[in-house]
Amino acid sequence: MATRDNLIQVKHLKKYYNKGALRALDDVSVDIHTGDVMVVIGPSGSGKSTLLRSLNLLEVPTDGEIIFDHVDITKKKMRTPDGKMVKINIDEHRQKMGMVFQHFNLFPHKTILENMILAPVKVKKMDQKEAEQKALALLKRVGLEDRAGAYPIQLSGGQKQRIAIVRALMMEPEVMLFDEPTSALDPEMVGEVLEVMKELAQQGMTMVVVTHEMGFAREVGNRVLFMADGKLLEEGTPEQIFEHPQHPRLQDFLSKVLK
Amino acid sequence: MISIEGFKDTFEYIQMFGEGMVCTISLSVLTVIFGFVLSLLLAYMRMSKFLPFRVISTAYVEVFRATPLMVQLFIVYYVILADVSLPAFKLFGFIRFERFIPGVIALSLNSGAYLCEIIRSGIQSIDQGQTEAARSLGMSQIENMRYIILPQAIKNILPAIANEFVTIIKESSICWTIGVQEIMSAVYSVKGATFSIGEPLIVAACVYFCLTFPTSKIIEHFERKMSRGDKR
Repeated sequence: MATRDNLIQVKHLKKYYNKGALRALDDVSVDIHTGDVMVVIGPSGSGKSTLLRSLNLLEVPTDGEIIFDHVDITKKKMRTPDGKMVKINIDEHRQKMGMVFQHFNLFPHKTILENMILAPVKVKKMDQKEAEQKALALLKRVGLEDRAGAYPIQLSGGQKQRIAIVRALMMEPEVMLFDEPTSALDPEMVGEVLEVMKELAQQGMTMVVVTHEMGFAREVGNRVLFMADGKLLEEGTPEQIFEHPQHPRLQDFLSKVLK
Repeated sequence: MISIEGFKDTFEYIQMFGEGMVCTISLSVLTVIFGFVLSLLLAYMRMSKFLPFRVISTAYVEVFRATPLMVQLFIVYYVILADVSLPAFKLFGFIRFERFIPGVIALSLNSGAYLCEIIRSGIQSIDQGQTEAARSLGMSQIENMRYIILPQAIKNILPAIANEFVTIIKESSICWTIGVQEIMSAVYSVKGATFSIGEPLIVAACVYFCLTFPTSKIIEHFERKMSRGDKR
């Protein structure tokens, strides 16, 4: 375990609003290793989504560092080994971080296939035919190959979220970020999305998942973070967190969500 | 009053209406092009993070929407371009360039302000999640605008744009006041020659209708074509 690479290092991350009156993130530090399935839990307003969205700079932190692939992506420029200052292109780093949103955010004016191949073709300059084949293979994996020509509005919530996951996978990311991926779904559709995520975890994908699905955290996660009031209060294996919670806030939280 | 004779007289000058129509179309097309480019720039400035840009753009829009087009046209023609000698030649052999161009400028400046507001509201009506999804896939802000935001925004604002284009065609008649020989000038030429006003006005109204009605129909067609993703 100890020898695994640090894929993302978060150091003293802070996100303040109103000059510090509201602290969405209050000095959070955490290392994410390759192959981790890290589940972030906590009451709403605890800063877990802010932490996740900071990882690919959708949320710009007030202070702190996020080191991804040896680059502090919170900075605008970096010094190369030979001493030159070069601009950090956040778009390039984002390509390596897939993200799945609570509200799917599929592009409604494009078909499922177009949703999937747009970024690979336009951003990564992948060959159109090659991208289509790759997309169809991924669609098959999530059982939606017959919906390639459909528009997002024609799909159910669960189907949309599965498409959102494979759309992110099209970019071959090094890490996948999930921001409450099942919170907007009807209960009967939660399972199909979690199943896809579970498969992804089993294939060794590095994942950071903000969720209220404690079953998923326990079963699939290898690390669980508990956040409250913008602070990282406790971290451990699912067993440590769920069976032997230490912090009173965590004990209180678990007593409410685990009935 | 209106009579068959009057129409017969009017139709002897039908070539002037034809030339007037070409002039009105040229005015409108150039206004749409320049006005659209200007409005994109204004909308960009209006949504910029840079405060002076926002102030300039907002002030521009407010001033141009709060003053009459005729005042703007006269200020362009009699004040701003008073000492500028534009090349005096005839476009297509009958459009006087030195009067035509001030008309295009005034109409473009005016419609730029209106289109700016339409475009801004269209872009801001798109859910922020679309931008987040595009950016998280590694698209730049420009790629996000081009592939994700603008196609959806333009679809939403097409009815408003159609309305503005039709307005431009109709409003261009005001350029008659600075001596641009568009459709209204044909009306007055016929009046001067035959002393009838009703018949040439009816002909003019028909010509305007023949321009504006197909314009809105064509845009409606594009609207239908772009709403493929809306149907279940």
